[in-house]
Amino acid sequence: MSDATGVIHDIGYQRYTGPRLGRRQVFGALYGHGLRTVFGLGRSAKAKIFPWLVVAVVTVVAAGLTAVRSQLGQVVLTYAQFADAMSWLVIFFVAVAAPELVSRDLRSGVLPLYFSRPLPRGDYALAKLAALMTALWLLLGGPQLVMFLGAAFTTSRGMRGVWDELLDLLPGLLYAGLWAVVFASIGLLVASLTGKRAFAAGGIVAVFLMTTPVVGVLSIMPSRTVNELAFLASPSSLVSGVGTWALGDLLTQGQEGGIPIGGFGPVYAVVAVLLVAACVSLLLLRYRKVAAR
Amino acid sequence: MTLLATESLTKTYGGRVTALADLTVSVEPGIIGLVGANGAGKSTLIKILLGLLPPTSGRVQVLGLDPTTDPAEVRARVGYMPEHDALPPDLSAAELVTHLGRMSGLPRTVARERASEALRHVGLHEERHRAVGGYSTGMKQRVKLAQALVHDPDLLLLDEPTNGLDPAGRDAMLALIHRIGTEFGISVVVCSHLLGEVERICDTLVAIDGGRLLRADRVAAMTTATDVLAVEVSEGTEELAARLAALDLPVSRDGRLLLVPLADDHTYDLILGAVAELDLPLHRLDQRRHRVAELFAPREPSHV
Repeated sequence: MSDATGVIHDIGYQRYTGPRLGRRQVFGALYGHGLRTVFGLGRSAKAKIFPWLVVAVVTVVAAGLTAVRSQLGQVVLTYAQFADAMSWLVIFFVAVAAPELVSRDLRSGVLPLYFSRPLPRGDYALAKLAALMTALWLLLGGPQLVMFLGAAFTTSRGMRGVWDELLDLLPGLLYAGLWAVVFASIGLLVASLTGKRAFAAGGIVAVFLMTTPVVGVLSIMPSRTVNELAFLASPSSLVSGVGTWALGDLLTQGQEGGIPIGGFGPVYAVVAVLLVAACVSLLLLRYRKVAAR
Repeated sequence: MTLLATESLTKTYGGRVTALADLTVSVEPGIIGLVGANGAGKSTLIKILLGLLPPTSGRVQVLGLDPTTDPAEVRARVGYMPEHDALPPDLSAAELVTHLGRMSGLPRTVARERASEALRHVGLHEERHRAVGGYSTGMKQRVKLAQALVHDPDLLLLDEPTNGLDPAGRDAMLALIHRIGTEFGISVVVCSHLLGEVERICDTLVAIDGGRLLRADRVAAMTTATDVLAVEVSEGTEELAARLAALDLPVSRDGRLLLVPLADDHTYDLILGAVAELDLPLHRLDQRRHRVAELFAPREPSHV
């Protein structure tokens, strides 16, 4: 438009000839958008309250543990035990975040606008899943980092102490990742089944909490095998079981801990992998159906 | 170049419900009206064109591409406006259209620029920063149109774009679609169950019923040679009819409208003169083509 005469009402339609990004960048944009959504960024103040409340609680707990440790020299909770202790908060966080990510889109009918674009429908679900996993991992890993920094700066053994602390932190972060993967897969699948956020949140809490009594019942059965396999029944104890088997002493750091799974460690690992795989497959199937509507 | 082409396209759901039956049609770029009663197969056809549904049999081409094998390629060049409510209420129009622009592969800053451009073209200005939940139906339809336009497609698929709009809103939406089709250089397929509505802006009409093709042709070829003028006055319709008849104009009634065949520009003068002499409040005077409804099967709903 060469004539700059101050006519602002209509400069005509401009065709776009610039670059169009590929599938990877679009996936990345959707992933970034999802991650922001989980923490309420770019959304109303109301949407920020809950996620940041949870973040505040876990951070304060981590800071408290660090303070106790630096003053009394006593490790109250190891990195992994911290993740276990925070599991209730993680469950509630998933119950709010997962419906926010997928139920809202189902309800508002915005999905046809996504699926009429080049992005394959599976990518939509996977980007949301990756965003939720990352958010959960940050939720647990962030405070672990706070604990690590606290311990590293107050260590009395110089660089050697920092290094040892780091070796304790890494399995903790790995364990947090395990929590994130399992909880995000289950939570997002449940949330993708309904457009009503309250139902989705209730469903997620139910899946995680209703299975806990089952573990309780099975672990007092008069059979050692049943007792040792009991922890498969609930996602939370399943994660603990896998952690105990795979990381063992790295998680408990010589303290009392871990759960009595006997020699069934590999079973726990296989079940966890199958559970995640099943959740992801069902999620993809679910979106195949949604897209065709 | 052929815009859309189907060859014996058939879609059955579960082997029992037939949505499309042996549909063979080919249309050139322009503004295409896809008309048919509810359940005629319009939405199914659109989903097949977008590659969202696989056809049971037959072949389909969009912009020279096959949506069954190259869905991403097709969708990159097509904008789709769905029939139903599709907007999250808590986002602003600007945010939503920007996000969807990025989903079409636009870089971040380009998406933001093109989103406000697209919203401006559909007539949303400052209100684009307010949450969509507070918009009127007309504004929501405009947002849906803007998101279909944001990535500069070569073809727009609009599913019932005038749904839920009042008469003024319909006219505005149709004028906008006509502008997109003529000035923006983008081909448009407008789905509607109201033939009378789309015939005004389309240059090609495709009518389907029960999944079968009724007729596909250029509108010019369908309409009869003469055009008519529609006159509406708020009161005194009878007097005006008598006066026009006295002026040797073959006037006919259509509800509250008076229809006068348009011979030449002089017809306008005669009508305006008559209205002025009788001192009647003129509500509207516009030119329209003969309805092409009668060219289609009698089952076809004619007009509003």
